[in-house]
Amino acid sequence: MLRLEKRPAPSRGWTMATPVLAVVLTMIAGGLMFAALGKSPVEAIRIIFWDPLFNTQFASYARPQILVKAGPLILIAIGLSLGFRAGVWNIGAEGQYIMGALAGAAFGLALYPSESPLIFPGMVIAGALGGWAWAMIPAILKTRFRTNEILVSLLLVYVAEKLLASAATGLLRNPEGRGFPGSRQLNRLDAMDNPELIANTGMHWGVVTAFIAVIMAYVLLNKHLLGYQIKLAGQAPRAARFAGVNPSRLIVLCLGTSGALAGLAGLFEVTGPAGQISIDFNVGYGFTAIIVAFLGRLHPIGILLAGLLMALTYIGGELAQMMLQIPAPAIQAFQGMLLFFLLAVDVLSNYRIRINTEGVA
Amino acid sequence: MSGPALLSIDGITKAYPGVVANDDVSFAIQPGEVHALLGENGAGKSTLVKMIYGLVRPDSGSMAMNGAPYAPAEPRAARALGVAMVFQHFSLFEALNVAENISLGMENPPRQRDLAKRITDVSEAYGLPLDPFRLVGDLSAGERQRVEIVRCLLQDPKLLVMDEPTSVLTPQEVEILFRTLRTLRDEGTSILYISHKLEEIRALCDEATILRLGKVVGNCDPRETSAAEMAEMMVGKSLAAPARDSAEMGKVVLKVSGLSVDPATPFGTPLRHIGIELHAGEVLGIGGVAGNGQDELLAALSGETPTAPGSVTLNHEPIGNMGPNARRALGLLCAPEERLGHAAAPDMSLVENALLTARMRKGLDRSGFIDWQATRAFATEVIETYDVRTPGPDNAARALSGGNLQKFVIGREIMQDPKVLVVNQPTWGVDASAAAAIRQAILDLAQNGAGVIVISQDLDELLEVADSFTALNEGRLSNVRATGGLTMETIGLMLGGAHDMHEPDKEALHAEA
Repeated sequence: MLRLEKRPAPSRGWTMATPVLAVVLTMIAGGLMFAALGKSPVEAIRIIFWDPLFNTQFASYARPQILVKAGPLILIAIGLSLGFRAGVWNIGAEGQYIMGALAGAAFGLALYPSESPLIFPGMVIAGALGGWAWAMIPAILKTRFRTNEILVSLLLVYVAEKLLASAATGLLRNPEGRGFPGSRQLNRLDAMDNPELIANTGMHWGVVTAFIAVIMAYVLLNKHLLGYQIKLAGQAPRAARFAGVNPSRLIVLCLGTSGALAGLAGLFEVTGPAGQISIDFNVGYGFTAIIVAFLGRLHPIGILLAGLLMALTYIGGELAQMMLQIPAPAIQAFQGMLLFFLLAVDVLSNYRIRINTEGVA
Repeated sequence: MSGPALLSIDGITKAYPGVVANDDVSFAIQPGEVHALLGENGAGKSTLVKMIYGLVRPDSGSMAMNGAPYAPAEPRAARALGVAMVFQHFSLFEALNVAENISLGMENPPRQRDLAKRITDVSEAYGLPLDPFRLVGDLSAGERQRVEIVRCLLQDPKLLVMDEPTSVLTPQEVEILFRTLRTLRDEGTSILYISHKLEEIRALCDEATILRLGKVVGNCDPRETSAAEMAEMMVGKSLAAPARDSAEMGKVVLKVSGLSVDPATPFGTPLRHIGIELHAGEVLGIGGVAGNGQDELLAALSGETPTAPGSVTLNHEPIGNMGPNARRALGLLCAPEERLGHAAAPDMSLVENALLTARMRKGLDRSGFIDWQATRAFATEVIETYDVRTPGPDNAARALSGGNLQKFVIGREIMQDPKVLVVNQPTWGVDASAAAAIRQAILDLAQNGAGVIVISQDLDELLEVADSFTALNEGRLSNVRATGGLTMETIGLMLGGAHDMHEPDKEALHAEA
């Protein structure tokens, strides 16, 4: 009989090993799924994990794409991880991402055709504020009326999507676009462009911001009182109150930070890789970032690695769709398995498995 | 011994990782006997009764009931054979009434009306008045225990196991419980009575088995053995009572006046017109049965529940509206009852837990950046000074035993040199030698001129350390009395007597007293 036994303290070794184990298990289960779909599992796994980096034909295109995809994932996940550690569950980063992009683009487009060098910094600030303001709605409702931030933040994603569609077809539509939905191409305007900083790397200001966020979060959580309070509030809310932590302040702070970072991610995306406000601007970074945050164990360095890995499966998944005609839902299921297995093997860091040799009593 | 034992236990051993909870334990319970199982916290009493009740299976050894092998695989099997148990912690739903709670635990619950009738019959027969239709949330701890007992009695048990039943009762309620248990015994029910309170065992039990560190260290007839002898068997050595000189009381340091706090939850206890004057060098004991507002009072003093500014003053400065850290800065420190999750964060290291309350007074941060080196030094100092047994300050709080963590928590506050210290249940679940160390530390602190408030359910403890005594009953404090010259009878009445049992039993009580 198998038995789980709680460890006196979480095992450090397993905490490090479980993400790797989860990736391996995902490869196995995903391979079985691909085989069931009639595709070669070995080839599919190779295309997803290997070809984007090292295939001579694809790598030159795929490698920069990894940073382009990883940037927003990491930036959003870092913000979310602070809240998740404090027990504040912001599930609506996707909405904050949209609102950041909308607010930033609206700021820039309102000043069109000005060429002032202050426009892009102004858009960055507007983007952060847009995401922050959208996250303040669940924050204030939670602190004032004790609503559940999971529901409120999630439902506000759909509101944000409606606002995005409305803006793309109305307020922010390109007046010279012959009636097609979508704003002006922001990345073709010097004042609003978020360029690739080093050619063929995918590095843009959003990726730089993501790296800075990783470092800041690391310092915050390890050296600063606020990080300590965040961890304390998540692990032992009563002890946090006893330590003088104001729960409402912490909720506002965590939701605000994650909202602002998601807004920044949206702004850098709309001025860079996406290029314009369009109806289908958001592609799910805000939701995938939740997986990234947990895959990275809510640890800044872990999130950095998890974001890169997730981006790899994105690019590799696209390649697999193209090369092997694997359906898109199968790729999404594959990515979902990663979180599933991570949560499943997570139990090993807090429990050890005992095998009872003793038979019946 | 005459006839077969009701339950005989033979060579039971049960080991958990790192500790042998029961080591070759053997004893027997005769029919119609009140059998005491005596031992300190951690002696293995709970593990043993869990095996009797089918919650845990022994590694080796055997049990027999009326001569037949007895190895319950689950509590249901134990209940079917006539074993019933009243746990120390109640498993009742506050939002349901008494009858509903009882029917939830039954295999084939009868209709509510029939059940209510049976509850009333049983509770009257055994002198345990209980209204089947009252919400459990509105009941006192003593009444909740009656629900659990009646639940057991409805099964018509042959063996009733009671785990530390009196820890939540006033002395008067204890008397009522004992009368019930004696009635049961006279009807032929055996009772296994678990406790570490020696006087109770001497008053009630026919036979005692004493456990220490998982082993049976002795048997005795408690009616013929002195409490001191039993204590020595239980602890393994004789303990010195905490020493204290006659304290000199200084001026008033902490004053609470007209403090009223509404409960935070529907079944919480409101505080009503609390008034306290605490002098420098004084140890004020606040007694009371659990759930009468102890947690709420501590929260109001620690600053977790803000109140009107003037209702709490420290050295004449109004602090009622200040948060915990502002109060700490002024010298008012607290140690809550719940160690894991309130006084300390279970998964955090002792270093991190040192920071939890000591940041203000020990200056452990510089403009928000934590000085981990100084924090570690402070944690190490606490560990060394208060003899906290742990491999090191980086161990998680939950890896420590209850007593060691409590020493850490109390030490953490005392080493910050408080002007006023408020502790709630300082020795709850702590072994005797650690408890003695903690009490001594409290007395030393008062000796050095701090005011100390000790909130405790353990009356013996309060009589030992406190200069003055007051009782918390349903959110109100009684008048403060000097500890010297207080009798258990008076204290019991200060604690509210027997909750809700005024009419028929008051006379009976006086007759017995």
